[in-house]
Amino acid sequence: MPELPPLYLLVNDVPVTVAPGTTVASAILIAGIPTRQSVTGEPRGPLCGMGICFECRVNIDGVQHQRSCQVLCTEGMKVRTT
Amino acid sequence: MSESWDVVIVGAGIVGAACAFQCASRGMRTAVVEAKSIGGGATAAGMGHIVVMDDSPAQLALTHYSQTLWQELSKTLPADVEYESCGTLWVAADDEEMLEVRRKSDVYASAGVATEVLDARTLADAEPQLRTPLAGALFVPSDAVLYPPCAAGYLMAKARSLGAKLHRRKVLSAHSGEVRLDDGTHLNSTHIVIASGADACDLLPALPIKKRKGHLVITDRYPGFVRHQLVELGYLKSAHSSTADSVAFNVQPRKTGQLLIGSSRQYGAEDTTVNQPTVAAMTERAQSYLPNIGELSAIRVWTGFRAATPDKLPLIGPWPEDDSLFLATGHEGLGITTSLGTASILADYLEGTAPAIPTAPYLPARFARSVVSA
Amino acid sequence: MTERFDILVVGAGPAGIAAAVTAAAAGKQVALVDDNPAAGGQIWRSDSKRPTTARTWLEKLAASSVVRLQGWRIVDSPSRGVLRADGKDGCRDLEYNQLVMATDARERFLPFPGWTLPNVMGAGGLDAMVRGGLPIADKRVVVAGTGPLLLAVAAHLARRGAKIVAICEQAPLRRFIPFLASLCGESAKAMQGIDYVRSTFGSKIYLGCWPVAASGNQKLETVTLRRGERQWEERCDFLACGFHLVPNLELPALMNCRIDKGFVAVDHLLQTSICGVFCAGEPIGIGGVEIALLEGEIAGLAAAGNTDAAIRLAQRRTRRLGFVRALATVTELDPRLKELATNATLVCRCEDVSFGRLRHHDSWREAKLHTRCGMGACQGRICGTAAEFLFDWDSGSIFSSVRPPLFPVRVSSLGHADTLADKGDSLASADMLASKETE
Repeated sequence: MPELPPLYLLVNDVPVTVAPGTTVASAILIAGIPTRQSVTGEPRGPLCGMGICFECRVNIDGVQHQRSCQVLCTEGMKVRTT
Repeated sequence: MSESWDVVIVGAGIVGAACAFQCASRGMRTAVVEAKSIGGGATAAGMGHIVVMDDSPAQLALTHYSQTLWQELSKTLPADVEYESCGTLWVAADDEEMLEVRRKSDVYASAGVATEVLDARTLADAEPQLRTPLAGALFVPSDAVLYPPCAAGYLMAKARSLGAKLHRRKVLSAHSGEVRLDDGTHLNSTHIVIASGADACDLLPALPIKKRKGHLVITDRYPGFVRHQLVELGYLKSAHSSTADSVAFNVQPRKTGQLLIGSSRQYGAEDTTVNQPTVAAMTERAQSYLPNIGELSAIRVWTGFRAATPDKLPLIGPWPEDDSLFLATGHEGLGITTSLGTASILADYLEGTAPAIPTAPYLPARFARSVVSA
Repeated sequence: MTERFDILVVGAGPAGIAAAVTAAAAGKQVALVDDNPAAGGQIWRSDSKRPTTARTWLEKLAASSVVRLQGWRIVDSPSRGVLRADGKDGCRDLEYNQLVMATDARERFLPFPGWTLPNVMGAGGLDAMVRGGLPIADKRVVVAGTGPLLLAVAAHLARRGAKIVAICEQAPLRRFIPFLASLCGESAKAMQGIDYVRSTFGSKIYLGCWPVAASGNQKLETVTLRRGERQWEERCDFLACGFHLVPNLELPALMNCRIDKGFVAVDHLLQTSICGVFCAGEPIGIGGVEIALLEGEIAGLAAAGNTDAAIRLAQRRTRRLGFVRALATVTELDPRLKELATNATLVCRCEDVSFGRLRHHDSWREAKLHTRCGMGACQGRICGTAAEFLFDWDSGSIFSSVRPPLFPVRVSSLGHADTLADKGDSLASADMLASKETE
């Protein structure tokens, strides 16, 4: 199986390179930043990895509150964390 | 076990809690009985909207009186009550509704409630998410929103700090100056106040109260999407009708940035399950006023029961046939708003002082004939 | 938009895959709904090297006539015999004659100071991130909590080059002995597994041990571990901490299925208290892959009406239930884990509600109403599960208030079926899914 070329996506306007099949949550971890700020301003990252904790919620291509652990990266995707 | 009180209040929803606070602060030895959570019934299910409404002069008087009491109390409310004077916008979809806006404006003015009539442009500026064109709106700046369970919690805490006692038990019977609890305790009291909302009929089957089911949807946080409580003028028709099931556009911004989407009214539905067609109609109506609301994330839907009387006015005052019994119930969709006014009026009755507003329209005795013949 | 199927299977983990494949093989029109990008659930997440069993079943799935709704989550049951599924491109109603729920389990998280720091995750959580593309080579990882998942995760991460600093299992040695004995009864494969684990991690496995704090500036830097009287710190990049699994009961509760001692009550053919509604896998008892596959087959056969074949398999299942019971015993939580949270430690992560604010309430409902704990996006899945252990509240009440939507949905998806936005056929092409899942 030939290796697929890497993808570029933007996380808070910063380009991040990932292998195809990478989830957006993992891409944000690779970028080394939190996925969101809690309601009292704490930095947070993914916890459960399976779509039930909601800590990985980010804005993807303009749509808010998406669970990034369940979304695969696509070329040129724009991700915004809070 | 036997105890002796000046007043025993059945129910610690917002009305019961407000009554407890009033009675305790007037020096009455006060006990409150609540089997479940404080503010856990209709108080928890509803919208927390403090609103002046003019379905009738008596409703206008009570809601206005009560709203001024809330404004006063708001200065001391803790943060978790989330009191916010965002005001209400009564939205007019067409010229006919605009006439209604102007009529309402005059009625509110005569009662001393300040309002502002907004035209289509001003409305669009005030609430950019509303569909255009709409005809305009009536802005009532003194209306507010809050988080009811914490408001009830605050009122109860204040009551207890003034000496009121809370019994976490179920009431088996309440009449003739004696309240019996399910642990065998007997509370003897000069006065008994039934403030248990839609469950008041469990203790007084003759009460003309029917459960009126409602649904609400809450979204995730979208700060600034909507800035005021938005209500369509048709809401009054929906609340006014005593028989038909209906939905009406009613959206509230919470301090958290979450949106509450309502409202629905159904009679004859006594179960708590969410009725999907009703929710569908309600959310579709909301989308017709706020087209982008459809894209927001809804995290929960729930139901609750308003205590509705045949004439849409609450029951506040002495219950005929039993000198010890008083009622503070039947508030339909205005329990949060009128809780403070109800409590003041009730405490006035217990003390023998003259209430601040005419209270004959709310007297339970107005249903006395139907009670006697029941 | 409404679609109709003979049998609807919810959840594409091992149990759901087995149920769907088996029911389709019996000639039924079957649809399989799952909210992840690809099938496999948690245990068979897309990864470069799947176990043979996983590949076999995924190939059977790809070759079957099962209609795939991958990336859709069930959010409501708007009426009898109908489930509403919400996905990226819209929302649709799915009508069925028989339903098999294979909604799997989730990790249990317990609060301790610092547990909300970025890079503190579940054991399955970190594993999922790695399978989702997070590089872990040369990263220092502490694995903690309870249950066989810890070893599986440690082994997987080690294979990927992680430095496993410590594996901390809260169960004491004496609790392991009956469990290991039951494993011996299971198979020689289990003994090989134990040998592998001992040889790979030997000195770094601590029993009767758990994390008492995580600390760091804006993200995890150090974990404090305690074992009896001894307490020490480990520097690490990630803490993979989960206290075993709890079943996902939201859909069964919404359907009014009877729940017994925290699991869905089923008869020997895995039918719930609702006729025509079956349940398989972790929601009927935490037992892992082997029994989940068997249960999936039983439910698939029973739902398809092939009762004789279902009964034969049900007999095989009975023999495996001893393992399920042994697993439950060994993962019982030490009561000292209730004391890890301080008053300042958050319990509800969605609404930032602390342990100190919750402990004064008498019931889950009252705590919820007055602190808003459990009212956030996760609707109590994390904090409610922790609260069940931390406080002596009536645990039944946590699930008695299940309301739709089971997961957040667009407001527009709450509408009438025929008005649901549906931007065309977004069923992933079977070929695309097959190539991704069977590699």
